[in-house]
Amino acid sequence: MTQVRNEGLEAACWELLQEVKDPEIPVISMVEMGMIHDVRVEEGAARIEVLPTFVGCPALEIMKKNITEKLAEAEGIRDVQVHFVYDPPWTSDRIAMDARDKLRSFGIAPPPLDFKPGDPWEVSCPYCDSPYTQLENLFGPAACRSILYCRHCKNPFEALKPIYSHD
Amino acid sequence: MGDQTRVETVEQAKQNQEYAQALTDLLFQLADDDFILAYRGSEWLGLAPHIEEDVAFSSMSQDMMGHAVMFYEMLEELGSGKADDLAQLREAGEFRNAILVERKNGTGDYNDDPHYDWAYAIVRSYVYGLHKLVRLEALRDSSYAPLGLVSRKMLTEHRYHLMHWQVWLKQLANSTAEARQKLEAAITKVWEDAGELYELGPHAANIVRFGLITGEELLKQKWLNKTKEVFEGAGLKWPGEPGKPQEKGRSGEHTADLAIALATLSEVYRIDPAASW
Repeated sequence: MTQVRNEGLEAACWELLQEVKDPEIPVISMVEMGMIHDVRVEEGAARIEVLPTFVGCPALEIMKKNITEKLAEAEGIRDVQVHFVYDPPWTSDRIAMDARDKLRSFGIAPPPLDFKPGDPWEVSCPYCDSPYTQLENLFGPAACRSILYCRHCKNPFEALKPIYSHD
Repeated sequence: MGDQTRVETVEQAKQNQEYAQALTDLLFQLADDDFILAYRGSEWLGLAPHIEEDVAFSSMSQDMMGHAVMFYEMLEELGSGKADDLAQLREAGEFRNAILVERKNGTGDYNDDPHYDWAYAIVRSYVYGLHKLVRLEALRDSSYAPLGLVSRKMLTEHRYHLMHWQVWLKQLANSTAEARQKLEAAITKVWEDAGELYELGPHAANIVRFGLITGEELLKQKWLNKTKEVFEGAGLKWPGEPGKPQEKGRSGEHTADLAIALATLSEVYRIDPAASW
């Protein structure tokens, strides 16, 4: 009794989801953040699976609302269900490569790639690329971000914490 | 060990009443611990030593409250009632948190002359955090698969909380004589309650028999080893065997502090539980 998936509509949803930005980082979409795990459309009902970056993130409800509103624009979609799922867990390596540059241009240092437990977290300044930075506060305005200071160009900036799998 | 079959879904869990009961009991302990300590953390807003710490402490409390929400939602799926109601409408006697997390932040009141104890906040958060780390690591192998999944996710976030408390512990330990003395007094106070953290309550035997989590003794040893390592690293004296409070939080016995906290945190919700947020 499996329903028939509408792959054409699913592609249209992915396209629209490119326009749903991270509520706190308006230069980057939730797709680019690697947060959209799955899109299924069956008989006009869309089910979107989203991987939260941080569970306690206050922006989750806003994301849910933004996704629902955006997908309602699609011709042929009559219902949108957004589900937060934890398998696989979101890791920072899911952020798209070109999105990492967008983050930098916004003044947020992207997390290091292929981070392993125990690795030192070295962050280059998003403004001048200097490695001479120091951590000011592990927790910034959001749980997923830290506050740093560049000793070279004297700018304060934020960095996304590396989130990596421990298995 | 025949009772440790892996349970993949909530429907499957509900088929065995005894299993569902043990799972429910454990989930209340996990949810209430995080929820109440996150509330205590939120009471530091505007009172932390500097503004960056205000932001950091709030951020971590919010994240920890998010963890509590996940556990309450799992309880909702099991049929225990609406997640919001579970957090805000239960009486103190229905809470299963350890006494350590419900203690007031210090003398005075948030709105009335607060003289909160910063050293106590650091030691309590860190000692609880180390216990939570051990507990989450054990839960990764839980027979209840959904619990394993959320624990894995929480672990990635929780490690950053611990890093934050580590910085503070070292700073206070290596600061002035007064800071050091307050830190040692806080350790003594936290340690009087800490021995209850790893307890699994009156249904411990079933919780362990069904493979929901490892037994108390193993949880205790792993937690003590980690804590010892941390204390030694900061040059602090080991306080010895942890004590236990008079009340048994895991059985629903609580201090007056909890009832006051619950009345405050649920005040708005109780006015209109049907309001949409």
